[in-house]
Parts: sequence; structure tokens; C-alpha cells
Amino acid sequence: MDVLRDQNWLLSLGTFLPLAGVVIMLFIPKRDEESAKLVALVTAIATVAVGAYTLVKFDYGQSAKLQFFTSHDWIRPIRATYTLGLDGISLPLYFLSMVITLLVIIYSWDHIPSPGNAKAFLMLMLVLQTGMAGTFVAQDLILFFVFFEVVLLPMYFMIGVWGGEQRQYASLKFFLYTMFGSALMLVSFIALFIVTKGNTAEGGSFAFSWFQAHGPEIAKTTAIWIFAGMFVGFAVKVPMFPFHTWLPDAHTQAPTQGSVILAAILLKLGTYGFVRIAIPFLPQAAVKWAPAIAVLACIGIIYGALGCLAQTDMKRLIAFSSVAHMGFVMLGIATLTPLGVNAAVFGMVAHGLITGMLFFLAGSVKERYHTLEIRRLSGMLKQIPRLGWILGFCAMASLGLPGLAGFWGEFPAIISSWNPAQALVGDGKLDLFRVLTVVAALGTVLAAGYLLWLYQRTAFGEPNPEFTSHGSGAHSLSAAANHGDDHGSDLHDVNTYEWIAWTPLLIAIVVFGVYPQLMFKVIDPAVTNLMRVFGK
Amino acid sequence: MLLAAEDAAAEATHAAGWFLTHAWLIPLIPAIAFFVIILFGKRMRFHGAEVGIASMVAALVIAAGTAVQWIRYTGHEAPPVIRSWTWWQSGNVRFGLGQHIDGLAVMALLLVAFISTLVQIYSLEYVRGDRRFTHFFASLTLFSAGMLTMVLAENMVQLILGWEIMGLCSFLLIGHWWEEEANSRAALKAFFTVRVGDMGLLVGTGVLFGLLGTFNIADINAKVAEGGGFSHRTLTLAAVALFIACIGKSGQFPLHTWLPDAMAGPTPVSSLLHSSTMVVAGVFLVARIYPVFHQGLDINVAGQHVNLIAVIGGITVLIAAALAFVQNDIKKVLAYSTVSQLGYMMMGLGVGAWTAAVFHIFTHAFFKCCLFLCAGSVSHTGSHHSFDMKKDMGGLFRKMPVTAWTWLLSTAALCGVPFFSGFFSKDEIIDSAHHNHYTIFWIVGLVGAFMTTAYMTRATYLTFFGQPRGAAAHFVHGDHGDHGDAHADPAVDTHGAHDTHGDVRHSRPLPFAPHDSGWLITVPLIILAALAVVSGYLNAAPFHIEKFHHWVTPKVVEEMVPEGPAFRWLNALPSILLVAAGFAFSLYLCRQVYGAAASAWKGLTRRVAPLGAGHRFLVNKYYLDDLYEKVVVHGIAHPIAQGAYWINQHVIDGIVNAVGIGGKRTGGWVYRNIDQRVVDGAVNGSGAAAQGAGSALRPVQSGKVNQYGALLFSAAAVAALVLFVVNR
Repeated sequence: MDVLRDQNWLLSLGTFLPLAGVVIMLFIPKRDEESAKLVALVTAIATVAVGAYTLVKFDYGQSAKLQFFTSHDWIRPIRATYTLGLDGISLPLYFLSMVITLLVIIYSWDHIPSPGNAKAFLMLMLVLQTGMAGTFVAQDLILFFVFFEVVLLPMYFMIGVWGGEQRQYASLKFFLYTMFGSALMLVSFIALFIVTKGNTAEGGSFAFSWFQAHGPEIAKTTAIWIFAGMFVGFAVKVPMFPFHTWLPDAHTQAPTQGSVILAAILLKLGTYGFVRIAIPFLPQAAVKWAPAIAVLACIGIIYGALGCLAQTDMKRLIAFSSVAHMGFVMLGIATLTPLGVNAAVFGMVAHGLITGMLFFLAGSVKERYHTLEIRRLSGMLKQIPRLGWILGFCAMASLGLPGLAGFWGEFPAIISSWNPAQALVGDGKLDLFRVLTVVAALGTVLAAGYLLWLYQRTAFGEPNPEFTSHGSGAHSLSAAANHGDDHGSDLHDVNTYEWIAWTPLLIAIVVFGVYPQLMFKVIDPAVTNLMRVFGK
Repeated sequence: MLLAAEDAAAEATHAAGWFLTHAWLIPLIPAIAFFVIILFGKRMRFHGAEVGIASMVAALVIAAGTAVQWIRYTGHEAPPVIRSWTWWQSGNVRFGLGQHIDGLAVMALLLVAFISTLVQIYSLEYVRGDRRFTHFFASLTLFSAGMLTMVLAENMVQLILGWEIMGLCSFLLIGHWWEEEANSRAALKAFFTVRVGDMGLLVGTGVLFGLLGTFNIADINAKVAEGGGFSHRTLTLAAVALFIACIGKSGQFPLHTWLPDAMAGPTPVSSLLHSSTMVVAGVFLVARIYPVFHQGLDINVAGQHVNLIAVIGGITVLIAAALAFVQNDIKKVLAYSTVSQLGYMMMGLGVGAWTAAVFHIFTHAFFKCCLFLCAGSVSHTGSHHSFDMKKDMGGLFRKMPVTAWTWLLSTAALCGVPFFSGFFSKDEIIDSAHHNHYTIFWIVGLVGAFMTTAYMTRATYLTFFGQPRGAAAHFVHGDHGDHGDAHADPAVDTHGAHDTHGDVRHSRPLPFAPHDSGWLITVPLIILAALAVVSGYLNAAPFHIEKFHHWVTPKVVEEMVPEGPAFRWLNALPSILLVAAGFAFSLYLCRQVYGAAASAWKGLTRRVAPLGAGHRFLVNKYYLDDLYEKVVVHGIAHPIAQGAYWINQHVIDGIVNAVGIGGKRTGGWVYRNIDQRVVDGAVNGSGAAAQGAGSALRPVQSGKVNQYGALLFSAAAVAALVLFVVNR
């Protein structure tokens, strides 16, 4: 049995299954919310089951190669093909997108944001899932682009309809900004196709394998320009400094579910694009661009952290922390070493788990306190202790505590930036990277600063009298010692749906933190394979 | 376990016994116990404490077995026992989880397991009835697990793991009573300050890896000792970066400021933190990869009289000892004392006295742990949960004999009174500084010995002798107002001066007589005091005992550092005399200043301006806290962060918004002037595209988004499918 080619329907099934759920949901009346939720849930569970089957059937001995590979003609005139395949880099992200969608749907069970309409909300979620999963398995540029764009609209509606007060501004900004990046990206894709086609008699193709073979042959100057277009497209999505300003607005205004998906998966489409497309297709240009990317990444790390320190709103703080964390991912990628890119891919998954979790928490805090203003929140550990401890756990994971997942994205990235690829040695580039190592390490200090500050302010101390049922505010220590069960009237601790939605993430953060090899074993061969062009 | 699959036991282990090859169990047991406590502790009979203590005892038993086997094993000059399981692999970069068992590791394992066990037993009584009893034991257990992981680390990454876990636990434990803001601030400060140093650890590890291509501790030591093939400048860089981490963790100047604030935690935590875990981690790291520092900083190179480690250590010895004079809080005296003693250890490593410095880790752990536990005992049953020596103590010697005697023995050991353990370790450091031609640090060491004795005499006098005051005199003052003592100064921060046990604090019937604590507290005290006396005889130079040296000092270090000085009583004489002088001087001063009789010494700092200024300078901790908190942290958190954010909102985002608005205006202009007038409806579709930018929100407001979205994607999906089928 050839794992690489057998069961080639599996990825199509996993990718498009959510659309089947969407079709069924079309026929459910809008008022029947329970049925809509049920169908969405069943669809998501089925999708995860397909994903789990993929995990089981995946041949880990050959994770460098594309498995469950399928390829057909699709749009013959422009030589676009329908090509799907999955290797060690795609697998964790592909599966993560499925799991996150399921957890978000579970969370939505009793958290449909205003103005309601569970049916539409969940349908958008499932469409989103198809786009995300498709992006990670597409092995053809046009197909990749289609999936990449499919993601955009559901998220636009999610923010624009179910978002906060400034949802219209935020959603439009998100949409237009990303579109702007995509447009440049598409131009680059087409240019790449035309340039590589010119070299050969075969007539070119949009398949990734074609570009991997012929991309490196392009003249260096041309390659640098094509890379520029892709860079903008992906950098907006990541988002890298200075293309990040859509992110805090989108995150702050998006409903909890939207923020979680945005942080956990959508941002990774950008970094995935760098790892899968920009760098392997245009290695010469990548070498030229790497120092610039690394500098921007490090600016993002420090700048994002400073942005966090300036925030007064918990959700916006978490949003800014994404800028900083994605900076570490991009730094890893910019080193062009297997170690750095491994760290980056790990960092993507870890950031997805941790920041996704933080946004869940922010949503639940907002639901309970009706505010996310850091100044007004305090003593959460006393009023809602379980949620408070989970917040502490996630803050620790986010600041890169070893033994939890976040560390394995940051630490190897820092180490690899001290020792970047052989191609990046010389012309003072090595010294530049080494300075950036120190800058990035400084970023970990600032991360500890803003996260602990957030935690100390919101979780420790006595609860704000504003939110206690007694409302007296005269909590002496002795009264407080009364096992801390003076809950406010509408404050309840973590509920069942939240537990179900969060537990898998919390477990994953610990498991990957304690035993990172579980994921590295899968990623590493694929990364090493892609990074072979850069030597050492 | 998952890890067991890739057992890569080295061949060298065949001669070693079971304990030596299974030492990795020592941190694993408490680590598992942590999860058991946190998940099931509350439902257990003793709320999880039994699991914690059982795990520590198990770790102690294995550590003891390891020690016994190691002592037999060293008979044939054996290499370390190394085992490792792959934890992380990327291309040819690999590191594992495992164990690196040599004399140093065995010593530290035994020490940590032993002290942790005693502290946990002590805590049973001390934190009984606390509102977060289970959490307390869970954190304490994880704390020990972190330190144990670190000391047997096979590679730098595992070391970082243990190192950071300790940071986390210190955060949890210092902030144990987080309802009070002072405590949570102290916790934050501890974690954050150490984290600043950790930057050096991450960078230094990266530099070492770049230089030597390995994370493995044994390889690092061997390669550096061998020399050649790498740049000395880079090695220096690595050494400096790593040393910055040690400064943060071990409370060395100038990052020592978190340590006294860390007294906000419960006393058993202070005891554990200051004796064998956490703060010695930095010293341990220097000792662990000593060749890196020794070569990188040119220690013991002929003609060298100062180096970074010795300077930092030396400064720390003096400045911390000076601060200990002006503390009213007994725990803070001990905290600064710890800082000062850590300075000794660093200084010892800086002058090439490896064995003496590591031996000082060993002896210091016993007497410092004992002193902290004594302080806890005093507050527990003597001074009504206060730690203020001036307000609530005095004259406790007769009322708490066990506590007082164990305190006295440990104090003697700390001061370096001959024939107590501290004498053998500290004097060896001072002597080596002289012997290795680091004359400045020889003087620093001697002055430090004088100061140590003086401040400990003061603390002892205030606590156990003289007139009982406040709670010690059965008197509970309602507020913490000024009682008009000579040194009263409003700038003295009083936060963290109380172990507030929540409900216990106000409920104890008054008045009560100070008395000795229960056996759960006194037995650990007695054991530790006994060890404070005798532990020095493992390496007593005057009696030509060198067992500790023989068991612990690794070959690679032994070949590197100069041979220790031969002991001569004449060389020890200056320090002995200074200890005696410190005692006499301080006793005289205490009697004058704190005694009942009128004295010219009283209120001296108020009358003599320069003395007053000096006193204020000390009370304000050299204004370092102000510098860090008000200038550095406040600067970054406020002007810089706010400035960056302002730029974000107004410049970067301003451009984005301007482009958006400009685009919309252009679209509108094109639509009005070109589309409507020129093309005039001929191509309405192109106008819609321009309009789209301006009115993209219309469908959102129309409320029919769901149908719209669904239709759009159904259409896209169907179109894709059709194309696919058609093309087949």
C-alpha cells in the first residue's frame, strides 16, 4: 500500500466536509437554532474524525513527502490544477484548524454573540473551516489563492455583524487591508508562472512542485521583485510590522469565536505562505530579503510588547501580543535554517493554542463582567477562581515558560538567529542577526512584563466592589478569608461548555510543552527537505 | 513514559549502581506528585500535604542511595553517569532530557531533597489552616522538582527548564497571599527581575551552541577545557551573558533587589528559597559549567587581580551586609545575609576556589534554612505573626529555648566561628583569594566576615535578649504606629513584614505567652542546627579532611584551578579576630542603643547629619529600587510604551486610514465624474467596484448577510466543481 498516493480522497473529504454541513443547514429554518447548532456540531465532529483518521494513516517515516497526494486538471486554460497533499508541515496546522473550529462551535453552544442568528454564524464558521483547511493542503498556487481568499469573507461578516461597537470600521479595514495584500500576491503568483513558463517547453504549471523545481532558476533581480509582492501579501496576513494595524482593531471588535479563529489559524496562513511558497520557490530572493524580514520581525517583537504595555483593554492587549509572538515566528523563518523554521512551525501551532485560549478567556471575562478594562477588573481569582487560574496558566504559557508549548517556538528561534544559514554569513549580516538575537531575548522579558502585569492587575487582589453582590467594598482580610466565596450576582465560574471547549487546548499546551518531540518529529523532515537549498 | 523509547544510556554506566543510573527519578517523583496534589489534593485527608512529603521522602531516599553509590564509585576515578532521552530534534540539532550525575549533582540532589523534606514537614504545622494549603504544598513540591531537574540537567536546555520552573514557583509562593497588593507586587518583581537576567541565559546558551555546537554539559566542559578551535572572544561573550543570568537568579548586585521583597511569601518558602533552591541556582550554574567561565573570563591567569565574577561577588558581599544593619524585619536581615553569602560563593568561584565555593553552598544551606525556620518559629508562637524585631520581639531566649539555641548555633556557623561549619567553608574562600593573588577580595572577604558577625549579633540581641517588646511582651498594639525607637524612619517599608494567616491572624485569644513551637517545627530545627555544626567536617582543612573535595570536585575543574592553600592557623587568624571584633563591637552598640539605660549612642543618626544621610541611604537600599521601578520600569511602561502606541495609532494606522479614505474619495470622484458622466451607466459593473469600497457595509446593515454569504460560497463551490468535472 502506497501511503503517498492511496486514499487520495481523504484530504478532499476533510476539506469540503464542512460545506456539506453548510448545505444541510441551508434547509433549516432560522428559528430552529438547536438544530442548526446540532448540525454544525456534528459536521465539525465528523471533520475532526476525518482529521484524526488522517493523523493515524499518515506515514510518519516519510513526513518529508506529500502524502494522500491527489492531482487533477482543474482550469486547463490557465494550467491550474486541483492538487492536494499533506506533509509534516501541513499536518499539524491542518489538524489544528479542524480542532479549533470544533472547539469554537462547542463554545458557541451558549455563547452566540449578539445579534444572535446561530444558523448564519455557524454556517460562516464552517465555510471558514473549508478555507483554512484547504489553504494548508493545497499544492497549487491558484488553488491556494482561492482557499486563502475564501477565508476572508466569512471573517469579514463575522466581525462586521457580530462584532463590537466599531465593528464596521474594523471589518472593512480587515477586508480591504488583506485584499490589498492579496492583490499584490496574486500579481506575484502570475508573474512567477509567466517567468518560469518562459524557461521551458512544457508550458508551465501552477503546481507547487513545478515552482520548486523551476523557481530557483529565475534571474535574481526578477526573483527579488516577485518576492516583494508575496512578501506584502503574506506580511499583511501574519501580520508583520508595519502592516499590523488591522489586527488590534479586528481582534478587539471581533466576537470571541472570531478572535480565536483569527489568532489560532488565520494569522498562520501568512507564515505558512512564507514557509511553503515564498522561501522555497524563490531561495535567492529569500536570502536577499531575510535580513529585512528579520529586522521587521524583531521590531515587531519589541513594538508589539510596548503596544501591550500601553493597553488598558485586556482583549486589545492580547491582540498586540500576537504581533510580538508572530515576530518570533518570522524571526525563525528569516534565519533560513531548519532549526529556525522548525521553531517557526512549532511556534505557529503553539501560538494558535495559547493565544486562542487567551481569547476564549477574554470572551468569557467580558461575558461575566461586561467589561475588559484592566483597571476595573481585579480579584478574579477570588470571584471566579478556576477561570483565574486558567488565565494564569495561559499567561505563563504565553510568556514562554519552558515545559509549556510557547517556549519551543521562541527559544529555538532565538538560538537559530545567532547561527543563521550559511548563505546569510558575510557583509555584516551575521552581526546583524546576532544583534537581533539579543533584541529578541529582550522581547521575552517584555512579554513577562506585560503578561504578569495583566495577571497581577486582573486576577490578584480583592475583587472590585463594583462587581460583588454585596457591593459594599469593605472587604477586610478576615472577611475575605472566608474561603473566598463571595461571588457577585451574575458571576459564575467556568461552565460545562467552556470546560469542553478549553480542556483539549490546555492539555495540548502541556503535552507539547513537556514533550515537544511529538511535533518536531513530524515537522522536522519536511522542514529540512524544504530548507535544503540553503545548505547547512 | 513517552521518553523511554529512546534510551541512550552511555556505556560508562555499567559500573555504576542502580541508584546512579536511575537518579532521573529524583525530580520526576515530585513532578508527578505536583500534578497529583493539584488535581486530587483537596479531597485527600491531609489536603495533599501527604503526597508532597511522601514524594520528597522518596526523592531523598533515592538521592541518599545515589550519594552512597557515588562515593563508592569515585573510588575508581569514574566519569559522570550520563543518560539521555531525545526531547527535541531538528536536523542534526538534538537535545535530551536526562541526567548528568557527578559529585556536584549528587551533592546538590541530596541537599535539595533533604532540605525540602524538612521544610515540608515544618510547613505542616506552620501553614495549618491556611486558605490555600493545598496550593501551597503543590507549589512547594514543584519548586523542589524544578531545582532537582536543574541540578541533574544533562544539557543546557534541561537546565533552563528547571531554572524557569523555579521562577514560576517563586512567583506563586511569594505571592501566596495575593489578596494584598504588596505581596502580589513582590511576586511580580521577583519573577520579572529574574527574567531580566534570564535574557542572558537564553542568549548565552545560543552563543555557546553556536561556538561549540552542543547543548550538552559534559561536552561543553570537555570542549572548553580542551581549548582550541573556537574564538576566545565569543567564549567571553557567552560567559558574560550566562553570568548575567546568574546575577538575576542569585540576587547578585545590581539585581539583588527582588530578594528582600520576596520575604512577602510564607516563611517556609523563604527558607527553601534561600537555602538550597532558587538563589543558589545561579551559583550552581557557574559551578556546573565552570570551564566556560574560567576560560572565558581568564580566571587564575597569571597577573589577573580582578574579574567580573569576583567583582560582582565582592560588591554583593559588602553592600548586602551593610543593608542588613538597618533592617527591622528579622526575615529581611536574613535575606540580605543570604545575598551577602551568595556573594561569597560567587567570589569564591571568581578567584578559582571552586571546592570552597561549592562547599559553602553545602554548609550555608543548613544554617540558613535553620535561621529562617527559627524566624518562622518566633513569629509562629513568639511574636504573634510579626517579624518586626524592634516592635514585637526581645527577651525570647528563656521563653523559646529550642528556637533560641538552634538559632545561636546556626548564627555561629554563619558568622564563621571556628569549629562551626561556616568557618571551614567561608574561611577557605577567604584564604584562597589570598593564595590565588586576589588580594582585594581577600580584604573584602575579611571585612564581610566582620560585618556578618556584627549584623547577626544585632539581630540575635534584638530577638532573643534585652527587654520584651510588643507581642513578645504579651502586648498587641492595635495599629503599627511609631513607637519612637531611635531608628524609626518613615521610609522603611513595612510591607511584607507579616505572615498573615488570614483567619488565624485576628482570632487567637489574647493575651498568650510566647512559648516554643510544636515538634513538627522544633524537630527540623534541631536536625538542621546539628548539621550546621557538623557538616563542615566533611572538608575541614585544619584537620586535613578532604572528603568533600574528593567526592565532589570534577576532574575537569580540578585540572583547571590552582591547588588550594595549605591550611595554617596564622592565615585564619585575621578572620577569627575580625569575627570576635564584630561580635564585641556590635554587642556593645546594641546594649547602648537598644538597652534600657540612657546612652550617648541613642539617636546618633538624628543628631549627626552625615550619619543620618548614610543611614537614609541604606534604608532606601541605595535607591536602586527607585531607579529600577520609577525610572526604568516606569519609563518603559509609560512614556516609551505610550509613545510607541501613539505612533501606532496616529502614524502607522493614520497612513492606513488615510489610504482608505483617499481610496474611497477617489472611488467616489471616479464614480461621480467619470462613471456617471463619461461612461454614464454603460458599464455599471465597474462603478460598483469603486462603490464597493465606500458602501461595502450595506449588506451588513441589510440583515441578509447570511443568505448572501451562503449563496456566494455555494456559487463559488459549485463553479469550482463544474470546472473540475468539465476538465476531467
